[in-house]
Amino acid sequence: MASKRSVIPFGPQHPVLPEPIHIDLITEDEKVVEAVPSIGFVHRGLEHLVTKKDFGEMVYVAERICGICSFGHGYGYVNAVEHIMGIEPTQRAKYIRTLLFELSRMHSHILWLGLMADAFGFESLFMETWKHRERVLDMLEWATGGRVIFSIMRLGGLRKDVPDEILKSFLPELDKIEEGIRACEKAFLSDPAVLSRLKGVGYLSKEDAISLGCEGPFLRASGVARDNRMRGYAAYKDVDFDIITSDDGDSYGRCYVRIQEIYQSASIIRQCIEKIPDEGIYVPIKGFPNGEYMTVIEQPRGGACYYVHASGKKFIERMRVRTPTFANIPALAKTLQGCDVADVPILVVTIDPCISCTER
Amino acid sequence: MLDNLEEIEYNGLLNKIKEVRVDGYVIMQICATKIDESYEVLYSFGKDYDVRHVKITIEPGTHIPSITDIFPAAYLYENEMHDLFGIEIDGINHDYKGGLYRTAVETPFA
Repeated sequence: MASKRSVIPFGPQHPVLPEPIHIDLITEDEKVVEAVPSIGFVHRGLEHLVTKKDFGEMVYVAERICGICSFGHGYGYVNAVEHIMGIEPTQRAKYIRTLLFELSRMHSHILWLGLMADAFGFESLFMETWKHRERVLDMLEWATGGRVIFSIMRLGGLRKDVPDEILKSFLPELDKIEEGIRACEKAFLSDPAVLSRLKGVGYLSKEDAISLGCEGPFLRASGVARDNRMRGYAAYKDVDFDIITSDDGDSYGRCYVRIQEIYQSASIIRQCIEKIPDEGIYVPIKGFPNGEYMTVIEQPRGGACYYVHASGKKFIERMRVRTPTFANIPALAKTLQGCDVADVPILVVTIDPCISCTER
Repeated sequence: MLDNLEEIEYNGLLNKIKEVRVDGYVIMQICATKIDESYEVLYSFGKDYDVRHVKITIEPGTHIPSITDIFPAAYLYENEMHDLFGIEIDGINHDYKGGLYRTAVETPFA
């Protein structure tokens, strides 16, 4: 006899969700047979604001798309407009942008580790990881004056320089963060209780990850070596790093990739501090942007597209931000098929969902 | 200024998208832009680090075909475009029928 199907609503309010997303779980007994996601609870219309804000002011709106990857959103918009206007920022500005980008990645990944620990009920591990996140936020504050919204980005470069003394003070902090994360790594990747919640849970094949348009650590954990930093924007072409992948394709693989990327970010920051040239940080801009361009960058959660369409006026016609979480939702729905109902919260967290990015 | 851009008529959309699929690209994003009284719809596809765009221009009220038979993951982009811009898309595999965005302000915005 066929099992009776039931629909279990997941979200928009749920203990593992800091932000609202809703998923209808169609279940047979304890197994999910289909998942239908829906969003739209906190849509803010920030893209539409581009038609009402001066194209220079829009940098600050772009930064406010998200509180975790705010730097990247500001950068993505600025990069697209600079491309349209033919502006080449100075090397120092590019190095500082790269460095701040990587601090944001460390912040985001460590935050995710804490949320993951919280999701599987390991409260002390959650607190331990977020202790290290505080150090990253301190470094961002020393560099920019802000811990969440930095407002250091501007068209043509940066609004303020980061003095070399501050940059050098980052080196011992990075050592301490790496040491702390190595201790946490043992729990995330070796503890039997943790492994029982991660290993083999939420498998996504390499083929599905590619065909469903998956992005970021979610993609790389399925064995696909694609990292948009390899496109060489900002100063990424001047630093050495490899793409971190895992062949596991499950929640463990996603955890592994993010932990390794924290160390990788620390390495990129050290290289930036070592190589940063001493020069100006701003190139003056003239006129209004006229044209269209789409830039693709690697946000902490994955590839993000920033499309700008301008027609030589003060106000831009269209800014479109395709965020990694938006791209990862179809793959999440696929991953949820066949899982146990009890694993749904963990799986939703493994894509590192950012709903404020998704809603814009 | 957009590299790798092909502008086509909307009635040739599905054939072009099939061609893109055969070339090994996957969907990256779809977005609409309101230019005067028309809408530009930009489809972007990626293969490794290569990006390719297809653009159509339509008048308000024009029905365009869904590409979800070719790229099933495109349903969110198409529903979003319908909700925010009022573009009519026929045959979406997961059609939210205007319910993807639950905004207090009535959509479409543009």
